[in-house]
Amino acid sequence: MINYASREINCKIVYYGPGLGGKTTNLEHVYGKVKPETRGKLISLATETERTLFFDFLPVDLGTIRGFKTRFHLYTVPGQVYYNASRKLILKNVDGIVFVGDSQAERMEANLESMQNLYDNMAEYGYDLTQMPFVIQYNKRDLPNAAPIEDLQASLNPGWEVEDAAKHRVQPDPYHAGQNLVEQLPGGEWIERAPYFEAIAVQGDGVFDTLKAVSKLVLKALA
Amino acid sequence: MTAGTANWSFTQDDFTAITESLKRFLGETKSLCALLVDRSGQLVTTVGDAPGLDTTAFATLTAADYSANDQLAKLVGETDFSSLFHQGEKSIYVADIARRLLLVTIFDSRTTVGLVRLRMKNEVEELTQLIDRVFSRGRNGDAADQHVLRGADEEIDKLFNW
Repeated sequence: MINYASREINCKIVYYGPGLGGKTTNLEHVYGKVKPETRGKLISLATETERTLFFDFLPVDLGTIRGFKTRFHLYTVPGQVYYNASRKLILKNVDGIVFVGDSQAERMEANLESMQNLYDNMAEYGYDLTQMPFVIQYNKRDLPNAAPIEDLQASLNPGWEVEDAAKHRVQPDPYHAGQNLVEQLPGGEWIERAPYFEAIAVQGDGVFDTLKAVSKLVLKALA
Repeated sequence: MTAGTANWSFTQDDFTAITESLKRFLGETKSLCALLVDRSGQLVTTVGDAPGLDTTAFATLTAADYSANDQLAKLVGETDFSSLFHQGEKSIYVADIARRLLLVTIFDSRTTVGLVRLRMKNEVEELTQLIDRVFSRGRNGDAADQHVLRGADEEIDKLFNW
């Protein structure tokens, strides 16, 4: 939403993903690291055991562009499967999505279920995830049972078909040398993948890289 | 790539018209303040005195509160509850505007819920007309402000050099 009167561009970014994957931890790290004058309160609607019940919310100002303050509203959704009603509410009018995947091999099924749920909930609103600013973060890379990135990519980010022939050209992944976001498979089909980031959110590794990437995509979508 | 899911914008004229309407409403109802919030939780504008109120957090929680309320309505077979009332020493009254925005009023014992509710009805109608204008223009795609970031790729890149 662009507000000419207050000279603000407001964007909504939602962190999605399975329960205990680190969505809230991402927001807590951002809250702890950005200057107090550029952020608002971190609001958590959580249960007494600190599981997100409805959402967490953190507003941050990322700077001024063409005289407009760019204000990002960061939300998390509750990851637990049975909170789908509240999860879906948070997606309303979203501008950008971060999927926080749990790298642990035994959480692969939970990751897949959550990704499917994301596609389904977006589709119910009539939003197409493949046409929106969307990045994936593989969290908990420090754990000994973390699955290899190749496995996570193959399962969670296999790519979607690029139908528009005008977009059939290789687009290198700016964040990973030698890899491509858009490329042609040996079978001739053109696919596009979401940008991905490795993270250890409890230590802050990868948290700002992820936020920067999705915020940039959101603003570029307006440009 | 599309620009998100809810790309719309207010001009200075929209803002002036909305603010004038809200100020009149505030005077008539003797409320403390009124906020206009979009359904995704972003604050559009606020008029009146709200000392110490974190309006950003307030707007987000109001939208969430209303959305949850909306779903509760569906579960009991209502199409929607068109308003929401929280009573206390300071009370909050929330009403839907064209299913896009929420009008939120905070008031205390200097007025009554009856008066607020009565005036709210007219105010909702007035704001609905103003908001419809904003959205019909947005759909036609002729709002100059939609293009504020056009060609700003380089500036956006610079913004993220940290």
